[in-house]
Amino acid sequence: MRYWRKPLDIDQVTVPHGRVVIIDDRCKGCAFCVEYCPKDVLVMSEEFNRKGYHPPEVVKDGECVNCNLCEMICPDFAIFCVASDDEEAAAAIAAQGVSDEQDEGGPN
Amino acid sequence: MSTKSQNTVPEEHPIAPFLRMDRMPHIWCPTCGIGTIVKCFATALDESDVDLDKTAIVSGIGCTGRVAGYMNLDAFHSTHGRAIPFATGLKLGRPELQVVVFSGDGDLSGIGGNHFIHAARRNMDILVILVNNFIYGMTGGQNAPTTPLTARSSTMPFGNFERPFNLPYLAASCGATFVARWTCLHIRRLTKCIRMALRHKGFRFIEVIAPCSTLYARLNRLGSGLDLMRFYHDEAEIRHGADTREIDIGFQDRIVCGNFVDEERPTYLDMMHSHYGEVLGDRYVPMDPEGGWLHD
Amino acid sequence: MKTDPAGVLTGVHYLDGDYACGEGAMAAGCRFVAGYPITPSTEVVERISQRFPMMGGTFIQMEDELASMAAVAGGAWTGTKCMTVTSGPGFSLMMENIGLATMMETPCVVVNVQRGGPSTGLPTMVGQADMMQARWGSHGDYELIALSPQSPQEAFDLMIDAFNLSETWRVPVMFMMDECVGHMTEKVVIPPADDIDVVPRKLTEKKPGEYLPYEVNGRPVPEMVRAGDGYRFHTTGLTHDERGYPAMTVECQEESVSRLLDKIRLNADQIIHIEEEDVEGADVVVVAYGITARVARMAIDMARAEGVKVGFLRLIVVWPFPEERIRELAKEIKAFVVPEINYGQMVLEVERCAFGQAPAILVPHGGGGVHDPADICKAIVEAAR
Repeated sequence: MRYWRKPLDIDQVTVPHGRVVIIDDRCKGCAFCVEYCPKDVLVMSEEFNRKGYHPPEVVKDGECVNCNLCEMICPDFAIFCVASDDEEAAAAIAAQGVSDEQDEGGPN
Repeated sequence: MSTKSQNTVPEEHPIAPFLRMDRMPHIWCPTCGIGTIVKCFATALDESDVDLDKTAIVSGIGCTGRVAGYMNLDAFHSTHGRAIPFATGLKLGRPELQVVVFSGDGDLSGIGGNHFIHAARRNMDILVILVNNFIYGMTGGQNAPTTPLTARSSTMPFGNFERPFNLPYLAASCGATFVARWTCLHIRRLTKCIRMALRHKGFRFIEVIAPCSTLYARLNRLGSGLDLMRFYHDEAEIRHGADTREIDIGFQDRIVCGNFVDEERPTYLDMMHSHYGEVLGDRYVPMDPEGGWLHD
Repeated sequence: MKTDPAGVLTGVHYLDGDYACGEGAMAAGCRFVAGYPITPSTEVVERISQRFPMMGGTFIQMEDELASMAAVAGGAWTGTKCMTVTSGPGFSLMMENIGLATMMETPCVVVNVQRGGPSTGLPTMVGQADMMQARWGSHGDYELIALSPQSPQEAFDLMIDAFNLSETWRVPVMFMMDECVGHMTEKVVIPPADDIDVVPRKLTEKKPGEYLPYEVNGRPVPEMVRAGDGYRFHTTGLTHDERGYPAMTVECQEESVSRLLDKIRLNADQIIHIEEEDVEGADVVVVAYGITARVARMAIDMARAEGVKVGFLRLIVVWPFPEERIRELAKEIKAFVVPEINYGQMVLEVERCAFGQAPAILVPHGGGGVHDPADICKAIVEAAR
């Protein structure tokens, strides 16, 4: 972000970071989250879940700002954000290729 | 460096404590807006200081009528149109309960219309969340009292020619003391509105416009629920305090949202207590807020 | 449990049936009434509206009978004993929510002060033509309990029974008065509160989390809870399983609906209440209920004077019907005579249960008045031949 002058409280302001957790098998592929994520972090994946819908997937790792809009707007309670304070950990996890998608295998 | 996030990822959605997770996934269609409204309601409960044990939810019949079945509160799935009098019975039988009616436009303003206007007239202390998808969804897409002019439905296949209700106007004119309308796209404002309503006393009415993809959108060739959400995005106007007489909804026309009425007036029970207290004096024995349950 | 004395107007009174019915409800511990005025039942709620504010009761006049029954079906879930009051046309309107109460197993009492029908009929005049409707009025398979008082004193006494039965069996109880008893003024003795035993709401001892709303564990009736006690239960009019969740399968339907029916059918012997006079060795037995029972007694005396051996069986609990007793008697007697102020309702049950062993002879009356005892006597005398 470019500033014309440095704000006085710049050391105090932090952009929140979050990680998206998607409960694949509950998703019904409505795409509200994809449409309304302010950071365009999500797209509809090509994968199918157990019911034959395309759940979303995170494409912009580390850009989620934990605004919880996806969590609020999802009609199926299939997606939510968790605060992720540890930027390094988030980057490391992303680097390791551990997907932010969580497959809920258990009976629910 | 630790590769584990400092925050352990929770296994379940944060709103899970408010839902009956043993009944998930719910029955609502893909791109139906009801789930979103339930999420907003649950969030509002979470953020308010309501005693969840003393909160009861009553639904009628219909798609929105299934809401009671998914909420982790004392929940009642009653008969078509009779959620409001059922809720009245709960409230008067145990006045300390916070009773919420969560039902659809056909249920509450069609078959339940009479009960709606009388509960508003009495300023009965219940919160009514009416999900308006402009159609009778569960039964296959019939015309509703809220279906806009010219919209098609299964019983008006050539387009609706009946004037629909302007629900906030109806509620306000009957005496509701808290009247608002939002769409399910307005997630944060709706949540805040529900929070305000939970603190308010009296007949509180919140109309929430929601997309019905399988029936309303399909029969009127409007795409899916996502297309309707985009439409709400483009056509919703927020006008707090607007005159409810002027906020009709036409077919694919502007939707005026906002908090329209917010007044303090004595509720049915307030009036009953003060009147009997005045007329009967010491002889008046009000029902205990804990209810009329007689026990040893 | 002894009843709350605040509702008991102990003493000797001169009351009409409607007022006595209201007193009975208050004495039984009823504390929430939702009603809608309809002749000839209005006096019941008028009386209640006068006395309730003094005893912690709440009465609300709802906007119609549908709302009244819905409010009662909801109010009962707060642990409060609830009642509504109506007559024929209102009874028809209440049917859907009576069905809801049977499905949700909600204890409540519905008073029907019967008048001439059908439709608007004779608003101020007697009828007894809702008896079958009391049993079959709502859609679907269900069982419930119905009582019929013959005097204002019984209107008081049987109301206490009605509430007790509804609490014991978790079923809506239809209190089938008729306009004659409702508008007749007689001596009513209301005993001290200590002499009135009431069945309290049976609440579970299980903790939230352990409790399942429709779990029976071998008992006929599941335990209830109160809304607001933290149980977070769910109940619905849809066919449901033990958790109270909709389970729309053939198996669940069979299991849950047959349990609702068996609850009453298999325990009918504990519920049935009839009164018999001189039935032993009788040639003819008169079966009657409500005001007609009193007229029938005069007819019986007249028939006896003519030498006929007549017995009398009065239905106090009308539903469940005393099938076994009728079946037994049918083998021993020549005929049943059933006077009713309708064109044949309970006579159909008598005939069914008599199983062809003895005819059931109806003495009908269209309504608007009571029988001429001479007509009943004539029927008895002919039946004896």
